[in-house]
Amino acid sequence: MTLPLPSASALQLTDVHKSFGATKIIRGVSLAIAKGERHAIIGPNGAGKSTLFNLISGRFAPTRGSIRLDGEEVGGSAPYRISRRGLARSFQVTNIFPRMSVYENIRCSALWALGHRYNFWRSIDRLHDARERADEVLARIRMTARRDTLAGVLTYAEQRALEIGITIAGDAQVILLDEPTAGMSRSETEATVELIRTVSQGKTLVIVEHDMGVVFGLADRISVLVYGEIIATDAPDRVRENAAVQAAYLGTLPDA
Amino acid sequence: MLELVTFSLLNGVVYGLLLFMLSSGLTLIWSMMGVLNFAHASMFMLGAYFSYQLGRTIGFWPALVIAPLLVGAVGGAIERFGLRHVHRQGHVGEILFTFGLAYLIAEVVIMVWGRNPIENRVPATIDFPAFVLFGTRYPFYKVLMMAISVGMFVFLYLAFKRTRVGLVIQAALTHPQMVSALGHDVPRVFVLVFAVGSALAALAGVIGGFALLTEPNMAAALGPIVFVVVVVGGLGSIPGALVASMLIGIVQTFAVALDYSLLDLLRTLGVSLARSSPFYEVCAIKVAQAAPIIPYLLLVLMLILRPKGLMGTRET
Amino acid sequence: MNRRSGAPAAASAPGGAATDTVRRYRSWAAAVILLLILPHVPGLDSSFGRSMLSQMGIAAVFALSYNLLLGQTGLLSFGHAVYFGLGAYAAIHLMRAINGGLPLPMPFVPLAGAAGGLAVGLVFGAVTTRRAGVVFALISLGVGELVFAAMRMLQGFSGGEEGITADRSHGPRLFGLDFTSQLQVYYLIAFWALVAAALMHFFMRTPVGRMCNAVRDNPERAEFIGYSAQRVRFTAFAVAAMFAGLAGGLHAINYEIVAAEAVGAARSGTVLLMVYIGGVSNFIGAILGAITITWLQVSLSDYTAAWQLYLGLFFMAIVLFAPGGLAGLIMMHAPLLRTAAFPGLLRAYAVALAPAVVMLAGAIMLLEINYRLSTQPEAGARITLLHVSLDAASPWPWLVAALLLGAGFLAFRRTWPGVTAAWQRATDEAGTGGTP
Repeated sequence: MTLPLPSASALQLTDVHKSFGATKIIRGVSLAIAKGERHAIIGPNGAGKSTLFNLISGRFAPTRGSIRLDGEEVGGSAPYRISRRGLARSFQVTNIFPRMSVYENIRCSALWALGHRYNFWRSIDRLHDARERADEVLARIRMTARRDTLAGVLTYAEQRALEIGITIAGDAQVILLDEPTAGMSRSETEATVELIRTVSQGKTLVIVEHDMGVVFGLADRISVLVYGEIIATDAPDRVRENAAVQAAYLGTLPDA
Repeated sequence: MLELVTFSLLNGVVYGLLLFMLSSGLTLIWSMMGVLNFAHASMFMLGAYFSYQLGRTIGFWPALVIAPLLVGAVGGAIERFGLRHVHRQGHVGEILFTFGLAYLIAEVVIMVWGRNPIENRVPATIDFPAFVLFGTRYPFYKVLMMAISVGMFVFLYLAFKRTRVGLVIQAALTHPQMVSALGHDVPRVFVLVFAVGSALAALAGVIGGFALLTEPNMAAALGPIVFVVVVVGGLGSIPGALVASMLIGIVQTFAVALDYSLLDLLRTLGVSLARSSPFYEVCAIKVAQAAPIIPYLLLVLMLILRPKGLMGTRET
Repeated sequence: MNRRSGAPAAASAPGGAATDTVRRYRSWAAAVILLLILPHVPGLDSSFGRSMLSQMGIAAVFALSYNLLLGQTGLLSFGHAVYFGLGAYAAIHLMRAINGGLPLPMPFVPLAGAAGGLAVGLVFGAVTTRRAGVVFALISLGVGELVFAAMRMLQGFSGGEEGITADRSHGPRLFGLDFTSQLQVYYLIAFWALVAAALMHFFMRTPVGRMCNAVRDNPERAEFIGYSAQRVRFTAFAVAAMFAGLAGGLHAINYEIVAAEAVGAARSGTVLLMVYIGGVSNFIGAILGAITITWLQVSLSDYTAAWQLYLGLFFMAIVLFAPGGLAGLIMMHAPLLRTAAFPGLLRAYAVALAPAVVMLAGAIMLLEINYRLSTQPEAGARITLLHVSLDAASPWPWLVAALLLGAGFLAFRRTWPGVTAAWQRATDEAGTGGTP
């Protein structure tokens, strides 16, 4: 076990590689995200953004390299261990509990963080902190009216909102959001961005997005991932002007 | 001693090949459709009963061909009219359907042929010794069984690896919508796979029905062992199924011949156990008595230690 | 009112919490009263009736434990009888010890069953719950066969196929109960069944119980919210094994004999049938299934030798047409009860019922005749069905049966659009969107 390094980084990736068989998806990504930072990861389709999230959150183990959460090495750990250390993530393809109600979805997501573990001797209805947290999150994501609806019958937008609700229910310090506004209309996107802004107050946010309006409005820094490598990490304006980024996105030569 | 070993080996190989014939069809259905077909051994049973019934009217050799075709048709119909409606319920629904089907088929067999074993004797056309070894005549039908199973292995291996149909089927398992979008009739492919798998099981039943007792319980007796073979050999692997079948067939056949127990082993080491000791009973069990549980021990160990099986390509 | 999982209480809403509790207590009180008066109801007040009620009680506990495993946590097991049977063995051995002088009253014996089930569940569960889904199902099958074979071999412990016996009336008396009468046995079983049901119901309301549902629905996501899916499954497995063992203990007391079949595949299959037919993720469904199947096993076997065939057909019908089970069917109709279109729906059902009965009569005739001819050929070709004597050697019964079946089926198909339309009207009115 490696000792935690004193660091101001909430999340630190060092030379992370990931291959599936012979196919290299992530080819040496190094990234340091500061505590409280709002960091966006953008890049063309297939660049490996979701894979990166999967590596950080424990769904896959890196082939090589180190991933540190708050100084502690978490690369290759099981997802639940990483989650317990204070990292939560949302999914690009909605990943909810379809046969439970909206309220139940969120309440279950808050249980571990509130310390309830494998408690089998108290009824959950008596756990007021769980109820209060669930009600609070419900209000935040504006789903209080749909509280008792089964998650499987929600509309797409409602499921995306629930997806975020599940992610923030545990009050994790590091939040990973994978394309939270995918498939949303303009107004839904704006509402979601507001939600993201409020829930990430004081937390570290890493967000993968395609909608540049969202990205430039939210992010403190942006990383550009192309073919498994980061070609730029900088403040939004500088990234916008970066020639390599322009080439990757628009396919034009630097001096055209 | 050599005689014992030789005959045990021969019989073990025959039993192993019988298991292979059964498990190859199951592997086909499972790895290509993801369905754990509890009714697979039932198709084996139907093969034995159908060939018995047909054999009485049209003779053994035509029955050898027609019975599997009939059962294959039954299998195809099951997929087309029954299983197809259950696919949307997921794997649990599919398993439950085939589970109920196995139960039902056994009851239907009782309804048609009665509860007692039927006189499924080796027909005269194949009832002669193939060769004589150590003064004992080895029956031809067992040799025929070996020949058919080897043929089955070759057929399946080629079908999997060399034909276009095999490729399409493999793709349809993991990406049915994509394969469908490419113009292949995925539901029809599933019917074909189920029919062929069932026909293979029935073919095994035609021959196997002579070696084993033909009775309504034969599916339930053989079914679990076939699952063991498929899991131990590895999902999606025909060669794996062959290896596992031979392993289990030979080990079990040898075990049945061993009249030794742990107690005997301890005795040779100079340790003797009092009759009143709680371990006495367990140690007194002879290997021959414990033979039936060997496949299940292997199954549990394999699933715990190496769920992919010996040569599997994919975990469940 | 929004019902979830058939539990007698709705989701807790602020302000509604008090009435929910009242409603819950009222349901349990009603259950207690029902259990108290059942053995005195005319028809059930014979030794046979009380024996059947006892069997239903045992089956209900077993089925509830299986519901916890499959319905609530999504673990399909083909070897759940292992925990039932080993619990039964633990109980019967304790009973023998009591017969031999151990100063423990009989009512405590089921606890030994529970302890036995729990112990074995912890051992096997630790190893087998590492996987889920199809792999878990296969492991459970393998373990079941293993234990069954072991029980057949270890004659000293299990008595093999013949089993071990004990005497439930030979021991220290508690409240003067000696359990010589079936009525006393019934009340003992009813008591433990109620305790078990209440505890299992409570378990589902605890944090780990809620996580069982979550792991069932989406084991992957459950890991991302901090829970080890394997640990949750293991907990559910151990609890389910414990209550299965409790049912086994009740079985030991009821029959005073436990044999190798108690851990066998047939018993594992039966509990699966019970839970699925009743309604798989439904607390009430498990009880309903247990009662129905026990009743079929006890009563139907008196009427026809083909009852297992009918059971199999029934199960297949549920899998194909009503995967929510009997409880699911009932719950589908619950929101429609108050609509104005409901009588119309009942009418449509009545219209469809007549040809359905004709069709079934034809099918049953064919099945019964065949069954009799094959399994009892020595009894000759004269068969009596419902007091009607038939000569199976002549073609007439066959033709009549085929005619009934064919005509009934065609007529039944004609009525189906009427049923669908009536259903649509009722569901539209109720505002829900169910499909028949």
